[in-house]
Amino acid sequence: MEVIEVGTLEKLRDALIEGKVEEVKHYTQQALDENTPAKTILDQGLIAGMDVVGVRFKEGEYFLPEVLLCAKAMHAGLDLLKPLLVGESGQSAGTVVLGTVKGDLHDIGKRIVKAMLEGAGYEVIDIGVDVDAEKFVESVRKHKPLVLGMSALLTTTMRYMKTVIDALQNEGIRDKVKIIVGGAPVNEEFAKSVGADGYAPNASEAVDLVKRLTAA
Amino acid sequence: MLYSSAHEMIFGFAKKPVTVANGLTFGKGKVVPEVNFTLPPMDLAHENVPEIRERFKDIAHRIMERCVELQQEEVVIEFEHLFDMTERPDFGAQLTKDLKEVIEKYRQSHGTKAALRVTVADIRDRTRPPRMRSGKEIETMLRSFELCADAGADILSIESTGGKEISDNALMIGDVEGLLFALGVLGPRDMDFLWREIVSIARRYDVVPGGDTACGFANTAMQLAHQGLLPKVLAAVVRLMSAPRSLAAVEVGAVGPLKDCGYENPVIKAITGVPISMEGKTSACAHSSPLGNIAAAVCDLWSNESVQDVKLLSGNTPEVFTEMLIYDCRLMNTAIEEGRAEILRDLMVDSDRFLDPQALILDPKVMYEAARVIVNAGEDKFKQAVAVSRYAHGVVKEAEATNKIRLRGVEAKWLEKIGKILEHLPEEEEEFYASVKARYEGHFIPEEYGLN
Repeated sequence: MEVIEVGTLEKLRDALIEGKVEEVKHYTQQALDENTPAKTILDQGLIAGMDVVGVRFKEGEYFLPEVLLCAKAMHAGLDLLKPLLVGESGQSAGTVVLGTVKGDLHDIGKRIVKAMLEGAGYEVIDIGVDVDAEKFVESVRKHKPLVLGMSALLTTTMRYMKTVIDALQNEGIRDKVKIIVGGAPVNEEFAKSVGADGYAPNASEAVDLVKRLTAA
Repeated sequence: MLYSSAHEMIFGFAKKPVTVANGLTFGKGKVVPEVNFTLPPMDLAHENVPEIRERFKDIAHRIMERCVELQQEEVVIEFEHLFDMTERPDFGAQLTKDLKEVIEKYRQSHGTKAALRVTVADIRDRTRPPRMRSGKEIETMLRSFELCADAGADILSIESTGGKEISDNALMIGDVEGLLFALGVLGPRDMDFLWREIVSIARRYDVVPGGDTACGFANTAMQLAHQGLLPKVLAAVVRLMSAPRSLAAVEVGAVGPLKDCGYENPVIKAITGVPISMEGKTSACAHSSPLGNIAAAVCDLWSNESVQDVKLLSGNTPEVFTEMLIYDCRLMNTAIEEGRAEILRDLMVDSDRFLDPQALILDPKVMYEAARVIVNAGEDKFKQAVAVSRYAHGVVKEAEATNKIRLRGVEAKWLEKIGKILEHLPEEEEEFYASVKARYEGHFIPEEYGLN
């Protein structure tokens, strides 16, 4: 029995690495039919596969489209596991809220971060572009995210990040959430100066940063 | 086709030169520097307007002063709106007036001929799906164009975003059909609508309707490729795919100089003869590119794209980059004067051509042939976009097959994939639209593009 179970999980992992959505669904179901615990399927099949995808992306073997396709495959498998994971620790890595600050319409960088965080198992709520402090505060209250990410691509909008952090402070909820910032004009020094908890120069490192902050 | 061969195309000369009100002419034997700048970290709140105005005037003074010091008699200053400057049309117009006053002062005191290009922001991109033709955004944008034209703009431009609501996601997932839908169907329709309005305003105020750029599409692809997020071969194909869309502005009355970040501009110059602004090595302040020298091969203006106003050892960045552009242009103009322009052009091309698939595409010979492909495809924008994309793919494939460029394995796989998708596309726009409409439903508003 053990041999069959390992074989199915390996096939599941390999199908995920190739971004084969239907095969991932098939092998997830097969593993369940073989009475493999949902948490084992998640850890040794889906997450193990996404770990390989992450390595291939960092080594330049995969581009973003491949990563997103693999993430889609992972979610297809996860959908089958979710009802069985209730009460276990594998459902979601946590919630992240993302937004581009007021006065700034740049969107695609934030969307890439969102997609890659989702691929890493986080639930991501994208509150859009040109977002004012009030909406950021409201979103933190409503969604209670582990991490709030702010993006700015302009030198004239980056300072609004401080306005948002001050607003969260004034509302007494700054300590309830980790804050990360990113965007072309932003750097580590700026992140510290506005009171953010972290900065990432690209989407891949943003995922690593969120993992570090949520593990703490 | 306004040119009979690629060889005929060269920097400093356009078949249809353009002259602005003060007599400064583009494309008539000289390359002119075009300087762009942006503010340092500061917000654009109403209470900061006096400080921003002073900063703008100071930057313009410093740029003009550096021109005087280096005996540069002709220059273009580009004022590219930030979102708030279009959203508040009076604000953008006031800054236009301030810049023009500085320019005029230097004309009177030193005889320096400077033109002011005003690039209005496309604020329709704020909402998804965007309203392109209805709603207050388009009204505000056109009002901004009008007030800036009245306040002293010499050239009107924009980086319009019709189709971006589809292309952003299409780029992320490498969806070639989505990119074609954005650039071959939606984009040209919006360009046709928007540029008729801009040209009408330009004529009313006797200013020059410059041109548009596919920055939000092809340059986004270039930057994603630079970051290792997308294959370079896809970015190369998207570059030429964007040319029919940017050409649409000229077809309804834009006359150039086309805007700097439109690396597709040489194709449009080959077809229409309009002067073009380009950017390359001296725009590394704004973004990296594999096109540093080759981008200058057939330019009429040479730009730094954008630089934030910060202090360096030798001065602040706007005047520093003005100086760099001046020397770039001086070299090209000396080559023209001494009858050695073709040598310099060919050196610039040869230095970069095989550096990257995107540089390969920017070879004037490739750009010229791409122009012929577009013209031969007829007037249908979808057919133009498909034909020129297939041509781009073929150019990269041939260069790879003959070992002129080396592609990593993963890039070569993408090249094959792109080729297969392009090969099996429907030939007619109607059929293509019918095949993709459901896929993108909810992400765009058909009526906003005159579609059903």
